[in-house]
Amino acid sequence: MQTFEYASPTSVKEAVQLLASTSGGAEPFAGGTDLISAMKDGIVTPARLVSLQHVKELRGIKFSSDSGLSLGAMVTFEELLDNADVKQNYPALVQAADGVSSPQIRSLGTVAGDLCQRPRCWYYRAGFGLLATYNGKSLVPDGDNRYHAILGNSGPAYFVNPSSLAPILIALGATVRVEGEGQREVKLEQFFVTPTNDNQNLFALKPHEVVTEIQVPPPNDAKMAVYEVRQKTALDWPLAAAAVVLKMDGDTVKSARVVLGHVAPVPWPAPEAEQALAGKTFSEDVADEAGKAAVAKATPLSKNGYKVQLTRVAVKRALLRAVKGEA
Amino acid sequence: MPKCKYDWPEAGDRKIIGTRVSRIDGPAKSSGEARYTYDINEPGLLFAKIYRSPYAHAKITAVDTSEAEKSPGVKAIRVIQGPGKEVKWAGDEIIAIAATSEEAAEDAIRKVKVQFDPLPHFVNEEDLSKAGANAKPGETKRTGDPDKAFSDPDVVASEGYYGIATITHCCLESHGSIAEWTGPNNLKTWYSTQNVSGTPAQVGQALRLAGVEVPDNQIETICQYIGGGFGSKFGPDRWGIETARLAKIAGKPVKLMLERDMELEAAGARPSCYAKIRVAAKKDGSIVAWDSQSWGTGGPDGAGMPPIPYVLTNIPNTVTHHTSVATNTGPERAWRAPNHPQAALVTMGALDDLAAKLNMDALEFFMKNAPLAGDRGKVYQEELQKAAELIEWQKNWHPRGDKTPGHIKRGLGISMHTWGGRGHTSNCNLLIHPDASVEVNLGSQDLGTGTRTVIALVAAETFGLPVNAIKVNIGDSKYPVSGPSGGSTTVGGVSGSVRRGSVDALNDLFAAVAPALGVPAGQLEAVGGRIQAKGDSSKSLSWKEACAKLAVKTIQATGKNPGPCKLGDSGVGGVEIADVSVDTETGIVRVNRMVCAQDCGLVLDLKTAESQCLGALIMGITYALYEQKVMDDVTGRMLNNNMEFYKLAGIGDIGELVVHMMTGPGYDERGVIGLGEPPVISPGAAISNAVANALGVRVPTLPITPEKVLAALEKGGVA
Ligand SMILES: Cc1cc2nc3c(=O)[nH]c(=O)nc-3n(C[C@H](O)[C@H](O)[C@H](O)COP(=O)(O)OP(=O)(O)OC[C@H]3O[C@@H](n4cnc5c(N)ncnc54)[C@H](O)[C@@H]3O)c2cc1C
Repeated sequence: MQTFEYASPTSVKEAVQLLASTSGGAEPFAGGTDLISAMKDGIVTPARLVSLQHVKELRGIKFSSDSGLSLGAMVTFEELLDNADVKQNYPALVQAADGVSSPQIRSLGTVAGDLCQRPRCWYYRAGFGLLATYNGKSLVPDGDNRYHAILGNSGPAYFVNPSSLAPILIALGATVRVEGEGQREVKLEQFFVTPTNDNQNLFALKPHEVVTEIQVPPPNDAKMAVYEVRQKTALDWPLAAAAVVLKMDGDTVKSARVVLGHVAPVPWPAPEAEQALAGKTFSEDVADEAGKAAVAKATPLSKNGYKVQLTRVAVKRALLRAVKGEA
Repeated sequence: MPKCKYDWPEAGDRKIIGTRVSRIDGPAKSSGEARYTYDINEPGLLFAKIYRSPYAHAKITAVDTSEAEKSPGVKAIRVIQGPGKEVKWAGDEIIAIAATSEEAAEDAIRKVKVQFDPLPHFVNEEDLSKAGANAKPGETKRTGDPDKAFSDPDVVASEGYYGIATITHCCLESHGSIAEWTGPNNLKTWYSTQNVSGTPAQVGQALRLAGVEVPDNQIETICQYIGGGFGSKFGPDRWGIETARLAKIAGKPVKLMLERDMELEAAGARPSCYAKIRVAAKKDGSIVAWDSQSWGTGGPDGAGMPPIPYVLTNIPNTVTHHTSVATNTGPERAWRAPNHPQAALVTMGALDDLAAKLNMDALEFFMKNAPLAGDRGKVYQEELQKAAELIEWQKNWHPRGDKTPGHIKRGLGISMHTWGGRGHTSNCNLLIHPDASVEVNLGSQDLGTGTRTVIALVAAETFGLPVNAIKVNIGDSKYPVSGPSGGSTTVGGVSGSVRRGSVDALNDLFAAVAPALGVPAGQLEAVGGRIQAKGDSSKSLSWKEACAKLAVKTIQATGKNPGPCKLGDSGVGGVEIADVSVDTETGIVRVNRMVCAQDCGLVLDLKTAESQCLGALIMGITYALYEQKVMDDVTGRMLNNNMEFYKLAGIGDIGELVVHMMTGPGYDERGVIGLGEPPVISPGAAISNAVANALGVRVPTLPITPEKVLAALEKGGVA
């Protein structure tokens, strides 16, 4: 690991200043569960780490039925899983957090860190850059792309966004508050960027901006669920995931949000699936149709065709879980 | 009455043998008191790191360490492979640097400049047609007349493709060592090794070849605890020798433990095996013919043919042909029961497909053909029956393809295995002190199999003492030479030497106390912590009183294996049955239950024996479902060189495990036979067969990943 400066501010303002006032790159440091391993692998080499551990204003979970949920950037998986309001009002968020099965990562990893983590593409992590190029050519299309994107993969980016929380937060209509020179809000759906070069930021963040809070609208009786397909039960990445939020009128779906995870360089909304659901009387067949619609435009690579099926099933099962409470 | 003086006690006389004894080092391990090689930190210790080849095949053209030499904290640099040398796999060692901290060593490694002339590489051998000159076809071997047997109109033949990928050992404690020169010609080493007694001579020879003078008897190797070896830690390895050389140059102790990526790329590989197999049986199910064309790789030197057909070696007509494929991947190492898991997978898979083609119940089919295993056929039948009973075969088995509605399909699958396991050469030193303490010294090692515990148990049984009365000293080459822990030879070796040594020591003690008791030494026995006249407790001394009679003279006895009286044997068998559920929509396989019926002669400690089987089942489930060295064609590198994508089962992935040790008459009188390896042989095959039973279609190769299950289902089966 390359040597770096370590700064430990106590306010967001100070953190922003510390991020802005160094050349050679600075990174916010939350739980460090991704950042440190990326630094050890030499794929991130910041000159300064700005720890957010002692920034109190970034902590805490607030909920009211009028304004919804506010998650401080530094809320950990564990805090999210233990929160009674979250459990009661956003069961799908608990399902998503629950999938991160390592107790160590749960106790250190934060909500903002989960959203801002880097892709796990094995070429990227081995040092071939975000776009995985070798001798000027991407390694992915002809290489081992079993875990790569099946949507949004016309290149040059082929990796998948790894966040488990992003799909459900997007489906719930979440907004990210960021602070830099000033404060602004970004719809989470617009937060993720598919890069076209190795050095491009993966998020709609300026270099010295930090995420301060994630705001989630009130659930208003929506039905919601997440379904992740994981080969192992222990410490494993999803092969495909779906998050769904449904407004129902009796058995009829008034409207739906369907967002896919681990299938594209960004969390992937599936309007085709949403349309397949809107106005329908819910049934297993309808859920299956929605799954099919979600992957209708998938363009699998040489070795990841199976992910199309897994994604389709993830959508169907998320819907059945949301509406019928199926495991 | 035992017939030979060292014989194991008869069933009725055994006090501890065959009971469940907890590991004597369990508390040390679970409290963190146990010190592994990783934990040794001598004063002034330097840390070494290695610069490794980024190319899978290349010639080194230039090496420049000048910048690295100037890097802060650097104390020694060794060019392991210089210009002109050809590297044959990505991750091969080129330069080692010792510095004052791990970070300083890493910084220096980053400053090393090596130039390569890249050469063509080949890293994925499953498609044999792409292997070209890397493929070295072997000879065709025949028994009987296979052509005639296959063309007999009365036989049913089945044909299939089966395979098992290269996996790595993935020891949780990576390979590595610490070297400290305690004098100009005295070297003290701590190795994470399966071979304590055998290490000094290997280190000495390698050092002398490199011009570093040190006699073998001035080298000490210590390994008290080891975090996994599985066959990959017999030698000191090139990096271990470099550690000693760096220490010599720097004049300070040096520690080098492999990073996880290097551990996975370079320090362990179990060869792959792929096979196209045709097998035929008469309509009544008796197997008559076998035809296999197999290939596999174990790295740059290829790989030999596993023992196929496996277990049922007396199939009357066979033809086998194997192609060894050289690849630019880290070289093979013995992996727990070398070549047997591969043999089991391809053989049992092919036979299970044949049983399905015959519309036969697989249990009936294997029962019928068990005599083809030769002498041990009857044992297999007993084990098949026991395993079937434990898995409730009659209730749970169904013909190929679970026809129940829904997307979860369940199935059962059988596999059988065999192993040798004769005790190795072992010497020990037994001490009974006047203060009543007992010590056993031997240069063995406890790989996590329970060796320490078994040593204490054997001495305790012999002396009529509790297990905790015995102090076991192992893990240091200063003790009498005892064999490496490989081939499941340790329990047979150490139990033999310790039994003989203990009996002799006890006889010395009898002689010392006979006058005081007024009973001839030959009429004494040691029971319940006392030395007494046989069958007459009125003439007795407590162990402590008896030892006090030694005054100032410690009893010293030596024990050897092999030696007089039959204390062990070779040749074990086992049967495992898997019960799995497969989600046909996602291709995910879950193991519900696995049962193992295993024989290993006389079981000394039932608990650690069962633990061996449990651990083997877990390791087997892992390689059946998850493990594979994923190699990249273009870069020639291993892609999953971490524990994130080199997947290992966790608790939730394992299911219920049931172990039954075959003991009692017919088993016990064989004496002690090794157990470390055999139970890990069958899980892959049993799980593969269970998946085929669930789905009605074979998923040809391990690991059985979702993508492979879904691909198989596209070709047929229940979904
Ligand atoms: C084996 C393994 C399995 C895993 N499985 C899953 C899984 O299934 N699903 C899943 O979602 N995750 C999974 N994770 C990833 C884990 O969830 C992330 O590592 C974690 O959420 C990151 O949070 P952190 O607080 O540790 O972030 P850090 O590592 O501290 O930071 C990660 C990135 O986010 C940036 N960052 C952090 N906070 C802020 C902020 N407030 N503003 C701006 N930038 C910020 C950092 O600068 C850094 O670039 C897994 C990780 C491992 C190692």
